[in-house]
Amino acid sequence: MTVTEVRPPVPASPPAGPVRRRARAGERSASASFQVILAAWALVSVLPLIWAVLTALKPNPEVFASPWRLPSRWSFDNFARAWGAASIGQFFLNTVIVVSGALVLTMLLSTMVAYVLARYSFPGNRFIYYLFAGGLMFPVFLALVPLFFVVRNLGLLHSHLGLILVYAAYAMPFSVFFLTAFFRTLPSAVAEAALIDGCSHTGVFFRVMLPMARPGIVSVALFNVLGLWNQYLLPLVLNQGDKSTAVLTEGLASLVAQQGYQSDWSALFAGMVIAMLPVLIVYLVFQRRVRQGFVAGALK
Amino acid sequence: MHHRKYRFIIGFLVAPLALYVMFVVSPNIQAVIYSFTDWSGYSQTQNFVGLDNYVRLVHDADFWTALTHNAVLLLVLPVVTISLGLLFAFLLNIGGTRRGSVVRGLRASRFYSAVYFFPYLLSVAIIAVLWQQAYNPQGGLVPGALSAVGITPPRDGLLGTPSLALWACVAVAVWQAVGFYVVLFSAGMASIPRDIFEAAALDGVNRATLLFRIVVPLLWDNIQVAFVYLGIIALDFFAIVNIMTPHPESVGNSTEVIAHYLFTRAFSGDTNPQYGYASAIGVALFFLTLTLAAVMFRASRREKVEYA
Repeated sequence: MTVTEVRPPVPASPPAGPVRRRARAGERSASASFQVILAAWALVSVLPLIWAVLTALKPNPEVFASPWRLPSRWSFDNFARAWGAASIGQFFLNTVIVVSGALVLTMLLSTMVAYVLARYSFPGNRFIYYLFAGGLMFPVFLALVPLFFVVRNLGLLHSHLGLILVYAAYAMPFSVFFLTAFFRTLPSAVAEAALIDGCSHTGVFFRVMLPMARPGIVSVALFNVLGLWNQYLLPLVLNQGDKSTAVLTEGLASLVAQQGYQSDWSALFAGMVIAMLPVLIVYLVFQRRVRQGFVAGALK
Repeated sequence: MHHRKYRFIIGFLVAPLALYVMFVVSPNIQAVIYSFTDWSGYSQTQNFVGLDNYVRLVHDADFWTALTHNAVLLLVLPVVTISLGLLFAFLLNIGGTRRGSVVRGLRASRFYSAVYFFPYLLSVAIIAVLWQQAYNPQGGLVPGALSAVGITPPRDGLLGTPSLALWACVAVAVWQAVGFYVVLFSAGMASIPRDIFEAAALDGVNRATLLFRIVVPLLWDNIQVAFVYLGIIALDFFAIVNIMTPHPESVGNSTEVIAHYLFTRAFSGDTNPQYGYASAIGVALFFLTLTLAAVMFRASRREKVEYA
């Protein structure tokens, strides 16, 4: 991804005169100052996160005493309080249920649509493709008010099912768009051979095409996991502040808003750390793939 | 044979289309219809009032304030983020020590881009909560850092000072986004043939010239994409504002943006919901998004460079 060196180093240049030596010293100091710039931004990137972890381990009275002092006592019980009393555990569970449900649904439906659009010609193919791809152009805010009433009329406000369906519907434009392009790149000979051998269309999809499309499916799934895990607006509107179905983002944000009354700040920080942890883990495991996937998604 | 094929196609399309039409397509269409009504939520009836909502929108001072802030964001957010992203990507990939004509990035560039990228993956909502605490005038991280370098932080906190609140929000958005563009531009730079840099190095081109005269023009496509993406963030900006300044009116509306204004018209709970009016704001937002994309792709169309 990052090209540091593509060619073997050129043999050392001819004996250096004074001019050349001075130039090299300039190079060295320039490169040192670049290192400083880059390290400074790295610090800016991680400092708030380290501060959050550190604060999550402080006893409550020390939270806003001094940002940089280490905790006088490492208070791991903050995490227990966040998980239980501050309902972060509940939010976490809700998020896991909603995100995994929505992910399975999104991937199943999107691969089906994308496969049919990429592989079969039929009247209306283009129309359906643009119907999905066009969804990328519409801000969610436009649909927000009617969406709320659609979900309410179905009796699905503050329910996991409602969120799963809506998440899946809004994740589809990108997934269909990306996967259609991906299915188009796959060779068709294998599928044709399977059809001639008497495999049904459905069988070809599940047994031949899905396994072949795995790299594309994994990229889209990663993108969706992170995107859905981080959703804030949809649960905010569709949960209506119901604590029993709130997801992490929405739950944490409402905890802050109410903190004034309870002031268990260290538990709040612990909750933040808990919410960031799964993303960090996914990133550490899949990091190159995540970065490449996001960039590829942006350039499509 | 054909019969079977069509049955298969329909079978595969029915469920996804039904879900998509129900939750995405139809709400968007309904929103346009609602925008021509006076629906307020308490009234059972919705009367068509023609363009009344749009006329009101044009005369609504609060809407214009919000629009102005989005316009500022639209300018500042992409420019700052892209500049930083380009600078860091350049230093990481090209600007490193030069020995002879070999162009290389700085040491540990892989580590840096991995670190820079991480905030981009976190939820904007969580980040907003984190930074709201970091800006806390009592013992927050930012005021602490400011006083450490000899600047007296404002008494009400950066988020409580009308002239600074929006900039404090912008800083958070930049902080989160830069890493993504470092990676994006790094990928672009990796695809530029090395000979170009070697030729430039042999000609004694300095780093600034290399960046502005060679790298930026070659990456123009990527920069354009970055502008559109950051523009979309600038037109949204809901989560940061809604969480970091839950009551924009307390800082003189200095952080109000269109998306948040729409949301409070419909769902704030303490004012009478104005669904018709909120929908009209949504339509306005849609056209802004559309215009942004169209302008970006028109204005910056250039000849594509194909590497042989």
